[in-house]
Amino acid sequence: MIWRIARSREVTLAAVLIAVAAFASVRAPNFLTADNLVLVTAFAAIIAIAAVGEALVILTKNIDLSVESTIGLVAFVVATVLKQHDMPVPAAWALGIGLGLVLGMANGVIVTIFKVPSIVATLGTLSVYRGLDFYVANGHEVNLVDLPAGYSDPAHQTLLGFQFGGIGFSGIPIFVILAILVVAAVGMALRYTVIGRQFYAVGSNAEAAAVIGVRSRLTVFLAFSLCGMLAGIAGVLWGIYFGTLYASSASGLSLQVIAAVVVGGVSIAGGSGTVIGAAIGALFLGLINNELPLLKVPQEWLTLVYGAVILVAISTDALIQVRSQRAKARSRVR
Amino acid sequence: MTQSKPSPSESNAASPGVIPPVALSGVSKRFGATQALADVSLALLPGEVHGLVGENGAGKSTIVKVLAGIHQPDSGAVLLDGKPVLLHGPAQARSLGIAVVHQEPRLFPDLTVAENVFMGHTPKGSLGSVNWREMVRSSDRIFESLSVQIDPTAVVRGLSMADQQLIEIAKALSVEARVLVLDEPTASLSAHEVERLFAIVRQTRDRGVAVLFVSHRLEEVFQLCERATVLRDGRHVITAPTTELTAPDLVRHMVGRAVTMFPRSHAQIGDMLLEVRGLTRLGAFRDISFSVHAGEIVGLAGLVGAGRTEVARVLFGLDRADSGEVLFAGKRVSFKTPSEALGAGIAYVPEDRHLDGLVSSFSIAENVTLPILPRLFPRLFTRKNTERDLAADYVGQLRIRSTGVDELVEALSGGNQQKVVIAKWLATKPKVLILDEPTRGVDIGAKAEVHRIISDLAAAGLGIVLISSELPEVLAMSDRILVLHEGRIETEIPRAEATEERVMFAATGQNAEEIVSGA
Repeated sequence: MIWRIARSREVTLAAVLIAVAAFASVRAPNFLTADNLVLVTAFAAIIAIAAVGEALVILTKNIDLSVESTIGLVAFVVATVLKQHDMPVPAAWALGIGLGLVLGMANGVIVTIFKVPSIVATLGTLSVYRGLDFYVANGHEVNLVDLPAGYSDPAHQTLLGFQFGGIGFSGIPIFVILAILVVAAVGMALRYTVIGRQFYAVGSNAEAAAVIGVRSRLTVFLAFSLCGMLAGIAGVLWGIYFGTLYASSASGLSLQVIAAVVVGGVSIAGGSGTVIGAAIGALFLGLINNELPLLKVPQEWLTLVYGAVILVAISTDALIQVRSQRAKARSRVR
Repeated sequence: MTQSKPSPSESNAASPGVIPPVALSGVSKRFGATQALADVSLALLPGEVHGLVGENGAGKSTIVKVLAGIHQPDSGAVLLDGKPVLLHGPAQARSLGIAVVHQEPRLFPDLTVAENVFMGHTPKGSLGSVNWREMVRSSDRIFESLSVQIDPTAVVRGLSMADQQLIEIAKALSVEARVLVLDEPTASLSAHEVERLFAIVRQTRDRGVAVLFVSHRLEEVFQLCERATVLRDGRHVITAPTTELTAPDLVRHMVGRAVTMFPRSHAQIGDMLLEVRGLTRLGAFRDISFSVHAGEIVGLAGLVGAGRTEVARVLFGLDRADSGEVLFAGKRVSFKTPSEALGAGIAYVPEDRHLDGLVSSFSIAENVTLPILPRLFPRLFTRKNTERDLAADYVGQLRIRSTGVDELVEALSGGNQQKVVIAKWLATKPKVLILDEPTRGVDIGAKAEVHRIISDLAAAGLGIVLISSELPEVLAMSDRILVLHEGRIETEIPRAEATEERVMFAATGQNAEEIVSGA
């Protein structure tokens, strides 16, 4: 029942996640503290939201390498606007999200109209958007003190906390709730709308999709636009989380986002996977990232181990795919 | 050789003393449920062109692939100079002197001619680096010996099919081949290019190389070959000198089998649904005219490359015709895209599995509803139950064996996947359904079921065009059979008068008179 495993990959991943968390809580007493957990999950939520957008793009058999630059640029622009102008905070946030949408649409245009392969196109915009970031920054940074009072608080705040007798639950971080909402909305749209279904069709076999009348180019454009918008949201949240922003903020994040998507079970070849998986992948990697130092893994080994974990996760996935292909070939008559 | 009794081909060898450089001895090969070859023996002699004929699926390609080292026989062996060898792969086969030119040239379009000719055995210089000058010089020499003009430094991309094939032959000759296997080499060549090819083959033969010439075109076999072998259903039928055979003989050996009857309920023939008049697409087919009525199954028979799939593609809007007209329900139509064709009521189940578009990560229900999603759910949101019910309908109708409509299609067997494909196109509620090799690669049991389905569909009033290379299938299912040959309709045969031989004659372009006079 190899194919069954693929379907319930999200369940498997969640189980591994819980196991890892349990292991960490035993070995590293600092892990289960409220402060630590809120910090970890809040950051993972930012990655998760970006990962949902990236998953949409990867589903259509494309890739977006520029998400880190979009996040960085949006974060910096929002912060700058709040620092230098008297824009109300929600307006600044809306501006940031809108900027992300526009950057995503630009990617979409380059890929669908100019027919540039997405890996090349977004490699280019990765630099262009980062360049814009440096231009806007002009050597300056934005510090928390420049921003409205209590700007970074939401990153630490939780909802639904309670204290009952001796048992206390500090609540779910706001960022996590946001991420859950995003995953739910996008996930349901993918599963329960015609357009969502068409994402999978285009990623699985764009030629055949065109035969039955699916507008492949429109679908891909939509994917990139949504990815940009979600990266915009992630950018806004990044600004809140960190408070201090540089032109180079979020550099290198693209690989983390893509790793989250792939670890979460979305096939890089397109056509299969879920956004829930991508979000769980983000949480999983966020946890690993947080735990390794807590488990007293030496500083020098951190990046290595982190990379190794990603490789193992993806190799297991590849192995399962190979096995299911073989089973398919055996059952199919040649 | 380890055989106890001489097989027919070996007893037909030119002289008992000559050990064939290459021979197949009792080779059998099975793919899944299909027995591609059963106990086939064949000996190739030096200085001789040996023709290999048989209808589609007879096993010709499998023999070529076994010789090329691509497939290993399940039983029996490939003999080199009388000794059995196990060919692990094409590189080894080539190094042993077996050169194969496949149907489709497998060149690297971005590399030069010389690089392609010497791919795998590039002449090396003193430090192990590539000796470009030697490569170009040797290529020049080979082309000269073939009396052709091809620039070894030219990039392969953009060269004509005929030139690409010559490069493949040069590739073969660059390794001092003892055996040259040509698989349907003339399929895409003009008459002039065929002549050029034949001259080269004769030259090669005269140099002592053993040549195996696989072809559908019987007249070429007679022109070029000294001996010929006929295969049928994976078995060896006969090997004889071409002087002792006639074309009708070959055809008779290719087909002669009992025709099994498939379930066919006779339907009421209704209105004319589709009419094709003088349809032409340059390079593919010419002046095609036929009609399809409700309840009718029109069979399109012919050899590979006859143009049947090309006609279907034009009818479905995948390609455009250059002239002629198509009338659907009396109105002139010209579909620019398949969606237009689907909207009008024509569906095409492609032979090319890639176009199937079965999304492997989707369930049966999701695949079946894919083409009609916008129609089914005009308000954007899908409803699982609607989908499931629709799919369950087809699962029942087509008897698709699964654990339920939510099962992923990748878990189904080949035959059932094929049924899902048919269900998917049926869901678009077509009036005319074109099926292109619907039972290829499907096992016997599922095959009969697919035939039943097709029969039921006709009974329900659909007009069906059945493209098939399997003569028994075409004969049993069709009300009328149109035989295409080289892009034209050679003849139309009503059900009552259809026999395998008549179809095969037409498919190979034999004149009607020959049938009457040729025994």
